[in-house]
Amino acid sequence: MNPFSSGTRLREMIRAIRACKTAAEERAVVRKECAAIRAAINENDQDYRHRNLAKLMFIHMLGYPTHFGQMECLKLIASTGFPEKRIGYLGLMLLLDERQEVLMLVTNSLKQDLNHSNQYIVGLALCALGNISSAEMARDLAPDVERLLQFRDPNIRKKAALCSIRIIKKVPDLAENFMNPASSLLKEKHHGVLITGVQLCTDLCKVSSEALEYFRENCIEGLVKTLRDIANSPYSPEYDIAGITDPFLHIRLLKLLRILGQGDADASDCMTDILAQVASRTESNKNAGNAILYECVETIMSIEDNGGLRVLAINILGRFLSNRDNNIRYVGLNMLMKAIMVDAKAVQRHRATILECVKDSDASIQKRALELVYLLVNESNVKPLTKELIEYLEVSDQEFKGDITAKICSLVEKFSPAKIWYIDQMLKVLSEAGNFVKDEVWHALIIVISNASDLHGYTVRALYRVFQASTEQESLVRVAVWCVGEYGDMLVNNVGMLDIEEPITVTESDAVDAMEVAIKCQRLGLTTKAMALIALFKLSSRFPSCSERIKDIIVQNKRSLVLELQQRSIEFSCILQKHQNIRSALVERMPILDEKTFSGRKAGSLPTAVSTSSIIPCNLPNGIGKPAAAPIGDLLDLSSDDAPPAPVSSGGDFLQDLLGVDLSPASAPSGTSQSPKTGTDVLLDLLSIGTSPSVQSSSSAIDILSSSHDNKAPVSNLNGLASHSSLSANATSPASSAGMMDLLDGTGAITQKHEENGPAYPSLVAYESSTLRMTFNFSRQPGNPQTTFIQATFTNLSPNVYNDFLFQAAVPKFLQLHLDPASSNTLPASGNGSITQCLKVTNTQHGKKSLVMRIRIAYKTNDKDVLEEGQINNFPRDL
Amino acid sequence: MIHFVLLISRQGKVRLTKWYSPYSQKERTKVIRELSGLILTRGPKLCNFVEWRGLRVVYKRYASLYFCMCIDEDDNELEILEIIHHYVEVLDRYFGSVCELDLIYNFHKAYFILDELLIAGELQEPSKRTVARLVAAQDSLVETAKEQTSSITNIIAQAANFTIKMLHKGYGPWGSNALHLESLLLVDVCTRLVDQH
Repeated sequence: MNPFSSGTRLREMIRAIRACKTAAEERAVVRKECAAIRAAINENDQDYRHRNLAKLMFIHMLGYPTHFGQMECLKLIASTGFPEKRIGYLGLMLLLDERQEVLMLVTNSLKQDLNHSNQYIVGLALCALGNISSAEMARDLAPDVERLLQFRDPNIRKKAALCSIRIIKKVPDLAENFMNPASSLLKEKHHGVLITGVQLCTDLCKVSSEALEYFRENCIEGLVKTLRDIANSPYSPEYDIAGITDPFLHIRLLKLLRILGQGDADASDCMTDILAQVASRTESNKNAGNAILYECVETIMSIEDNGGLRVLAINILGRFLSNRDNNIRYVGLNMLMKAIMVDAKAVQRHRATILECVKDSDASIQKRALELVYLLVNESNVKPLTKELIEYLEVSDQEFKGDITAKICSLVEKFSPAKIWYIDQMLKVLSEAGNFVKDEVWHALIIVISNASDLHGYTVRALYRVFQASTEQESLVRVAVWCVGEYGDMLVNNVGMLDIEEPITVTESDAVDAMEVAIKCQRLGLTTKAMALIALFKLSSRFPSCSERIKDIIVQNKRSLVLELQQRSIEFSCILQKHQNIRSALVERMPILDEKTFSGRKAGSLPTAVSTSSIIPCNLPNGIGKPAAAPIGDLLDLSSDDAPPAPVSSGGDFLQDLLGVDLSPASAPSGTSQSPKTGTDVLLDLLSIGTSPSVQSSSSAIDILSSSHDNKAPVSNLNGLASHSSLSANATSPASSAGMMDLLDGTGAITQKHEENGPAYPSLVAYESSTLRMTFNFSRQPGNPQTTFIQATFTNLSPNVYNDFLFQAAVPKFLQLHLDPASSNTLPASGNGSITQCLKVTNTQHGKKSLVMRIRIAYKTNDKDVLEEGQINNFPRDL
Repeated sequence: MIHFVLLISRQGKVRLTKWYSPYSQKERTKVIRELSGLILTRGPKLCNFVEWRGLRVVYKRYASLYFCMCIDEDDNELEILEIIHHYVEVLDRYFGSVCELDLIYNFHKAYFILDELLIAGELQEPSKRTVARLVAAQDSLVETAKEQTSSITNIIAQAANFTIKMLHKGYGPWGSNALHLESLLLVDVCTRLVDQH
């Protein structure tokens, strides 16, 4: 060993690293080496700098951090000897990239080396500049590189040419400086210079139209001649590859000719002869020859039209497609994709072969072929091609199914000749690969089904059949569940039989069985189960004979550990038990969904917006066990999707789509569990008060309702509901967080607290009719003048008991209202007792505006629904 | 344009990386991991192209090594296969039937050869002989420089040895004046030699 050396040699280090058995050992060795190298760097050790850098490069390749060696590269480059510079430049290219500031420091050394007397050092500098130059460096050093394009040694000229490519890519403004020297490179005999010169011209044409014009005028003939010479040249061992002289040069020349010929008939004319010669005479039994043919075909396809040549080109592609070599087939498909733009008919001829390629075992070829088939489809051939693709879907690999289903769905949607065909194909895809389709796809299907009113019966029966066969594909199950819920009656009674259908006998309990399967199946997700629950709920009114059984199933889910299901089943069973009279209105069939709004929504990127869940919280039953807001939920028809309490779910978006709602993008996604205001505002809108811009995220809820008017979405339900006497006012009150507590009637404490604050204001008879009196007592929390607590007391002035007593209130938007549950829903006759209910009103414009409220009181007396309404304007002024 | 060149062993070890487009260190590691997962798992009979992030990766396996080059969508894949083969042939000629170990221990040589073949992601030289000649010429430059250095170090070492010996024998600078002068002279000659080079 050298007496002056310190540390290990490069070879020994590599050996030591390779000898490591574990990653930990390797790390230890590397750490030790790095420590030694750092020490050497700190001591500014010069003798072993290049060896240390070489070691660092190896360590870098293993993936360890080596930034501390960057400055060493610069030092080596700045030294005088060739070996040091060689390693230094290598390190520079390996350890740094153009985005690092350090790189700027090397500009000066590069400039010196570009002017060095040793041509190999010039070569090193050109190489480094070409590989990692930044825009600033390119600008600084461009004149030197330009000069080197005329250097005496061809090896420097070719390096300078490639370096110029980097420079003009980084700084396109510099292109014009390189036009002249580049065109003189085209006359060279040295292949290296010629090849790089042609490449430089190609890239110049790409960045500058001026250059393109210049070369078109001055160089085409020369290039054609060069190509002819090289194509006809006798065997030359130096450049020969598989019997062809310099295929690389062939390819580059063809590429440049392509760019020059594109969009210029004269230029294209000049090159037709030579292209025809290359296309017809090149040997296609080796890869090199095929590479040339491939390039040649692309050039023929890109330059201005010449019928004969195109035929030749398409024939070559046909040969490519039938080639046994996968690579050749791949590029054939690739090129056909470009050819389809210029000559779709010719490509259609190869349809059968292309379809075969979709079924290839090679994923790359499959993908290419599928893309191509996708482009090939038009109105006339969509049916057979879709059939082929769906058949293939059955046997394709799991990984490929996602791609292929996406393509089929988009084709079916784009070219479907008839709705029934669309539905049929989608059912096939869903039953084959339903787990791979995106949510939008089955959402779109539901919309189409909803719009095809003459096919409802057919669709629901078809879905029922496939559902019976398998529940493996979740999105299929969802669509089936939705349809059974909506059109269950058609399923059972064979309504709207089509001629092509086989009759099917389904009893009501069969349909219920199916939904029960969906709810109980372990494999299916929450969304599906929730959808099934709603479907059952809908069926309860469609199938009166099964309603007891449905009730049982719903009740079973009261114990579900999933909050969403539990909550829903509680709501539903409440409706089933106590509110038979509104049920049928609630579960009416959904109005036809608006296709345009949905597709528009799909096209425009939808802001995440509010999900259904912001509405759901107000659906909770209140302390009295009223069905509360479930009607509201159903109004919006949540059957399409029960968004689990995630604030942003695709289901939520879908809901809006279904409703055709146009949400303002500004609406922030509101929280899931809280927001009693949301409920308030929903109601507010129901009662149509309040026009001032809303303050909170709750605006979105309003938007949902108000815009649903425009889109003739569930308006009818909405009206029906609004006039329905038994809608619980308490709908507005509990937030879901409070909801659970409310269920346990745990609100007494809150009420008491309010009272302790003491009434600072005289009580007020807010409403009085011949049958009912309502008094308000006010209280406030000190330090919070905006919020007023109101205790409402209701007294019955008539001799009859009031049942199902329900108080609703609405306020303008500058107010926020929170209703606590009422103390009872039965009001004894003749003032023998009262109901109390607490309200919390927050006045956001306290001091400017005073309180105002519209109320509605509904109750039953003598089995008659009574509704009383009124407005309260006489609140104390400073509330 | 070639965006990068990777040499990956069948076990997924990186043997050479060359980046012609800017990728940060983090991206580089990610790219390598992604691509080795994609390429090493492909069967032997499949085509040599993989679509990846809107680009195409052309790879070819030689013995235990995968040579991968990443190109734009509109580049000629078949030509890249030829370029890979071109590189392998030059390596083969240089090392004399090259194997993975050659490329591990002489990784810098593999880089030097690649730099004579590609610059800025474009092919530089279609002649294998020219590439070989250029690399050999630069290697010999390095050799000459090394020889000079080692001959100088030898002289210095000898001089130092001599001086030390003399000192040990008692002819210290304080002992024999004549010898002292002689050794000083020798040291002087050595330093000049060093300066020259």
